[in-house]
Amino acid sequence: MDWDPFVLARIQFAANISFHILFPAISIGLAWVLFYFRARYTLSGDRAWEYAYYFWVKVFALTFAMGVVSGITMSFQFGTNWPGFMERAGNVAGPLLGYEVLTAFFLEASFLGIMLFGKDRVSNKMHLISAFLVAVGTLLSAFWILSLNSWMQTPAGYSLDEGVVTVESWWRIIFNPSFPYRFFHMTLASLLTSAFLIAGVSAWRARAGLAGPGTWKVLRTGVAIAAVAAPLQIFVGDLHGLNTLEHQPAKVAAMEAIWETQRGAPFTLVALPDGEARKNHLALEIPHAASLILTHRWNGEVRGLDEFIGEHPPVAPVFWSFRVMLAMGVLMLAVAWWGAWSCLRGREPSMPLLRALSWMTFSGWVAVLAGWYVTEIGRQPWIVQGLLRVDSVVADHSSATLTGTLLGYVLLYVFLIFSYMGALRYLSRQEAASLVLVEQGESSGSRQAQEVV
Amino acid sequence: MEYWLPIVYLAIMGLALLVYVILDGYDLGVGMLLPGATDAEKDLMIASIGPFWDANETWIVLGVGVLLIAFPLAHGIILSSLYIPVTLMLLGLILRGVAFDLRVKGGDHRKALWNRAFFVGSLLASVSQGWMLGAYITGLREDITSLLFAGLIAATLPALYVLLGAAWLLMKSEGELFDKAVRWGRRAMLPMGVALLLVSVATPVVSEAIARRWFSLPNAIGLLPIPLVCALVYGGLFWFLNRPELLRRGYAWLVYAGIVLICVMAALGLAFSIFPDVVMGRMTLWEASASVASLQFTLVGVVITLPMIVFYTIYIYRIFHGKARALSYE
Repeated sequence: MDWDPFVLARIQFAANISFHILFPAISIGLAWVLFYFRARYTLSGDRAWEYAYYFWVKVFALTFAMGVVSGITMSFQFGTNWPGFMERAGNVAGPLLGYEVLTAFFLEASFLGIMLFGKDRVSNKMHLISAFLVAVGTLLSAFWILSLNSWMQTPAGYSLDEGVVTVESWWRIIFNPSFPYRFFHMTLASLLTSAFLIAGVSAWRARAGLAGPGTWKVLRTGVAIAAVAAPLQIFVGDLHGLNTLEHQPAKVAAMEAIWETQRGAPFTLVALPDGEARKNHLALEIPHAASLILTHRWNGEVRGLDEFIGEHPPVAPVFWSFRVMLAMGVLMLAVAWWGAWSCLRGREPSMPLLRALSWMTFSGWVAVLAGWYVTEIGRQPWIVQGLLRVDSVVADHSSATLTGTLLGYVLLYVFLIFSYMGALRYLSRQEAASLVLVEQGESSGSRQAQEVV
Repeated sequence: MEYWLPIVYLAIMGLALLVYVILDGYDLGVGMLLPGATDAEKDLMIASIGPFWDANETWIVLGVGVLLIAFPLAHGIILSSLYIPVTLMLLGLILRGVAFDLRVKGGDHRKALWNRAFFVGSLLASVSQGWMLGAYITGLREDITSLLFAGLIAATLPALYVLLGAAWLLMKSEGELFDKAVRWGRRAMLPMGVALLLVSVATPVVSEAIARRWFSLPNAIGLLPIPLVCALVYGGLFWFLNRPELLRRGYAWLVYAGIVLICVMAALGLAFSIFPDVVMGRMTLWEASASVASLQFTLVGVVITLPMIVFYTIYIYRIFHGKARALSYE
């Protein structure tokens, strides 16, 4: 086998980062949901909330562990696969990653121990504080890593000294132009992902006849979060897109498959972008719509890919990922509002709604992956936009070495995804512990009861 | 500033890696001891490390993080030359990290499988770390002697973790598991001693400059405490591990403390050998260092957060102090 080591290194990193992001996408949002459950239990004393907490904290622990181990892998891969990146941009990347470790990783890992095993060892107040600290930790972690990612998309606050990035202003580096948008876009995405996860699993349990009072509370919480976060996400996503247009026009041109700069550019619904011929086949277009969305003018000028020859990303994957993300967003909005409408009328959710919710359990994953493909593939061929090309920082390993390790990673990841889903399924199949509340009456809920919602 | 900052960072990195060995060492060790235990004992062993392992593992992220923040040039060289052992270590850490959760959440019929995965992952990570240490202290060379040497360290270093694991179980267990832990500890002593000896002789053998530093006169006397303390503690450990009745009376922590002392001495010796290089014979810490502005910016964070981390780590250890009980999620 004689594949290009550069391509292999990229596939390896893409595989790792795709696997990794699935878990933070759940845990950032779920940590706050758990804090909410715990707070509700603390305020109301309703054991159903406590059961909800103990069921989902187990899912959280599993998700968090998957995120930690795959995250450690990535922190090493910067060095093993992309040493040039650290040599050239280390002055910026290093401290941002360092702050993530110092402010977030230890905090999350330490207090998660109390969330999981602290029941008889700490007071309820300390338990609640621990849940809060873990949630804060997930958000801090997202803050630093998204700041670095955004800096790679829209670098600012630096100067170059013989090709090496040196710092001019930390403020401008951390709060670089695309950071606020990306941060809100990603935290909302995580909230949506976890909302659909908890609502979907609860709906699945309801359909299987395993639901207790706690299950319904969880379902309503998920639907409520989704109903608020979904429209907000579409709004923030639009702002994020306009920001990208300003700073990374080549990415937007690829997202919309606009090959030539033009006025009154159409919005292409579907097409087969052809990188060789530099045009679209079988395009279905809405006239003037792209200009209208991007410039808010009927005949606004949109810059095309012809202005960035040799410096723009491959079009088809960016174009299609973007459409998958949009479609998922609309679908999530529809299901969330349907659920909210049903909950507001105070009825038990209908069978079709439960079915729709359980189908949507992992919809967040699809949208998150698609979104990240848009933004990361859309940055190519740069690793730091306009500054460092990906092919200039790759380590020099043989393709045999890379093929071997890639195979190892991919096999392990596939195995782990199946195991993760299997564990979720196993946990979801247990009868709800909060059913015990119904049978015994609220007051006598026994401490030894099964700890499943 | 330009002189001192890199030294401060080297100290922080060394400290983080030392804490990693001391803390994650015991939970890796417990993982490697798993096959020798009954099913009930396995549950107890894993319960004993449950609240800690995740934070323990974070110390290596900090260590590598500091390498990356402070010495970006060395980070690339070291990690890309250690590509294969690093990858194997990561696969091991992934496997054991998820096995930890999945063994209780994947259903009873899969528990044996995940126990095995936990063992394999722990062993793989430990062996790879030995390999990495061996390769690093021979200057990342790729000749056959260096490879053989790295192989030897890879084969013996896990014994240090096993010993730490056994010492941890002495503090955390009672009854039969306690007796087993004593036996395990005794068995790990010899290979651990070999590893210690190998690590000590490696650097002077590889580099004449280092040999001169150790064996020239004023230094040799000043350095004498390092091998002396190691030898004394090593003998003390043997003595203690042969007196289980003493260990049972609440002195088990002395075994753990003894190993910690050996680790600290080994780290000091290693630091003395290698300083001021970060990549032996190739790059000093000043050559590898990041810009002063970056180092200063991060130092602010380190000064604020590191004491907090130490503080709440101690707090967590106090909360979960005492003999382990069966794993309970409530």
